Amino acid sequence: MPAVLEIEGLRKTYKSRRRGTRNALDGFNMRVEAGQVHGFLGPNGSGKTTTLRTLLGLIRPDGGRMTILGHEVPDALPVVAGQVGAIVESPQFFPHFTARDTLSLLASAGEVPSNRVDEVLELVGLRERAGERVKTYSLGMKQRLAVASALLKSPKLLILDEPANGLDPGGIREMRTLTRNLAESGMTVVLSSHILGEIQLICDSVTIISLGRRVAFGPVDEVLAQHSSGAVRVRLEAVTDLPAAADALTRSGIRVTGHADHLMLAGVDKPAAVTRLLAEQGLYVSELSPVTVDLESVFLELTATAPVPGQHRQVDQSLKVGGAEQSGATGGGWGA
Amino acid sequence: MSLYRTELRRLTKRRFTRYITLLGLLVLLAVVVGTFFTNQKLDADTLARAERQADQQYEQQVRWSEQERVACEAAKAAGTPNDGRYPDDCSMISAPPREAIEASWFLPSTFDFRETFSETLIPFAAILALVGFVIGASFIGAEWSSGGMMNLLLWRPKRLTVLLTKLAALLTGMLAVTLPAAVAWFAGFWLVATYRGTTEKVTSGVWQSVTLTGLRAVVLVLVVTTLGFALASLGRHTAMALGGVVAVAVVGQFGLGILLDMAGVRFPEAWLMPTYALAWMQKKVTLQNWDSCNATVFGECKPETLDVTWQHSSVLLAVGAAVILGAALWAMRRRDIS
Repeated sequence: MPAVLEIEGLRKTYKSRRRGTRNALDGFNMRVEAGQVHGFLGPNGSGKTTTLRTLLGLIRPDGGRMTILGHEVPDALPVVAGQVGAIVESPQFFPHFTARDTLSLLASAGEVPSNRVDEVLELVGLRERAGERVKTYSLGMKQRLAVASALLKSPKLLILDEPANGLDPGGIREMRTLTRNLAESGMTVVLSSHILGEIQLICDSVTIISLGRRVAFGPVDEVLAQHSSGAVRVRLEAVTDLPAAADALTRSGIRVTGHADHLMLAGVDKPAAVTRLLAEQGLYVSELSPVTVDLESVFLELTATAPVPGQHRQVDQSLKVGGAEQSGATGGGWGA
Repeated sequence: MSLYRTELRRLTKRRFTRYITLLGLLVLLAVVVGTFFTNQKLDADTLARAERQADQQYEQQVRWSEQERVACEAAKAAGTPNDGRYPDDCSMISAPPREAIEASWFLPSTFDFRETFSETLIPFAAILALVGFVIGASFIGAEWSSGGMMNLLLWRPKRLTVLLTKLAALLTGMLAVTLPAAVAWFAGFWLVATYRGTTEKVTSGVWQSVTLTGLRAVVLVLVVTTLGFALASLGRHTAMALGGVVAVAVVGQFGLGILLDMAGVRFPEAWLMPTYALAWMQKKVTLQNWDSCNATVFGECKPETLDVTWQHSSVLLAVGAAVILGAALWAMRRRDIS
């Protein structure tokens, strides 16, 4: 499948006399194929928004190569801008204009037919409130307006940075449906979000970034499978048999963690082998269930951002590929 | 072209633009109306009344000096010590000549188009320049601070084109206000002169002169508008331009003025910007150094002078606008937008 968006070795360094140098993007790679809904994930400060801003010509990169729809950007941005709809970070609009005025001015600047304004207002559910000034809008309504502005030019590539931010549960579901419908109509969607359940539901593929580098990428199922630990939960008919079962399994090379009423096994390739092994020992299994991983646990594992009781993780305290777990002081933060 | 039209629409849609423009035009209207009601036409009766008042003033002076002369002689005869109230020679106390008391002193204010109109173009330019500065700063400053500029750049990724198109739309808008306002200003003061003064001796040469002054006023308005726009773009906030002007006015002008005065600089006004604005409008401002003496053949002391001409001002305006706008364009091209 052709790539709609490709990034290779993207670098962005911020220098400050007082605070030293920070590599916001450190050789970052990304590839999004046509017609996909692609999730772009990363902890706060990992470089997601910097990547999107750089891609859209708002930030000047220090190195690397980027293409959108086969055109090298930022040089070819004037050529492809008409085919890329984007919202970057929080929605920002002139507060004293109405939603219709805001979209109408954008449509006029981009030479988009004015009837498209009403179409997108309908699409994001703002038709009834389009005549009100933006400053009276809630965050969720501003978010809808931002999505409307991104959809205005019927883009081939839609980039949405935290589109569900501020939306109510109904709005989140509407956004999910809208995203899927857009993808089915042939649009490629890049979705940056921290609501990982949503990403898992909507996205075909993901890229996970940590401290400016890619830590995982590919179809969602593959990423989950790659990081599934082969964990299996085992219950026996008699709880008193658990120590004997743990002993037998450990001797056969399986990592076992004991719990009050069950055992957790790790590194199990074939669950049937567990049943057989225990049956040979006269131990009978009442439950044998593989433990599935979700995107959130994979994300936390890959980025090393899972909360630890009693510790307060700092922004920039996450995993950097090609190195050990980093602390805030040396992991790409100011002074790194 | 669509971007230019869009920016013109954006400019006129903004309530701030409308209110500030309306406020500026109301102030201009107030000046014209105020001038109308504080002037009056001179007729024969008024002139005769002024003549009579001058005569009365002269007679009063004659009576007073006669009384003083008598008192002086009486004091001299009585041997009262002269505490400096009277001269040694009492005959020196005499009334001023009749021609020294002019009838024009007693005339009400009247608007002479030939003599006065070009002076009125200074407040005209000042008020509209202020309006242009504030609107220019707000037009781009609000775009930066509200995130509108970032949105626009996602649609039109050519940064310099976007900034210059916005400036072009702003200047078009200001020109569309300033030119009709200038025509109305000319017409308004012509009416004031017609009904509350005189339009005598307004030759084609006078028309040419006031038209050129009017054009210089329009140029000043556009340059100041550009400065407001460029400063706010440079600081990415309306307050940057407004704060910058306050800082320049307080520190750069009042402070500098006091410092130069204390340092005994010969022509301190030559370092102050209002001098150049005034020279631009009046064609020339002559500064005088009262601490010097250029002796004349009659033995008088004339102060040393320095002429600041509109050509000097034009260089300052052009260089100032080019540097600040150039810096804004450079920043627009180079800076990251976040």
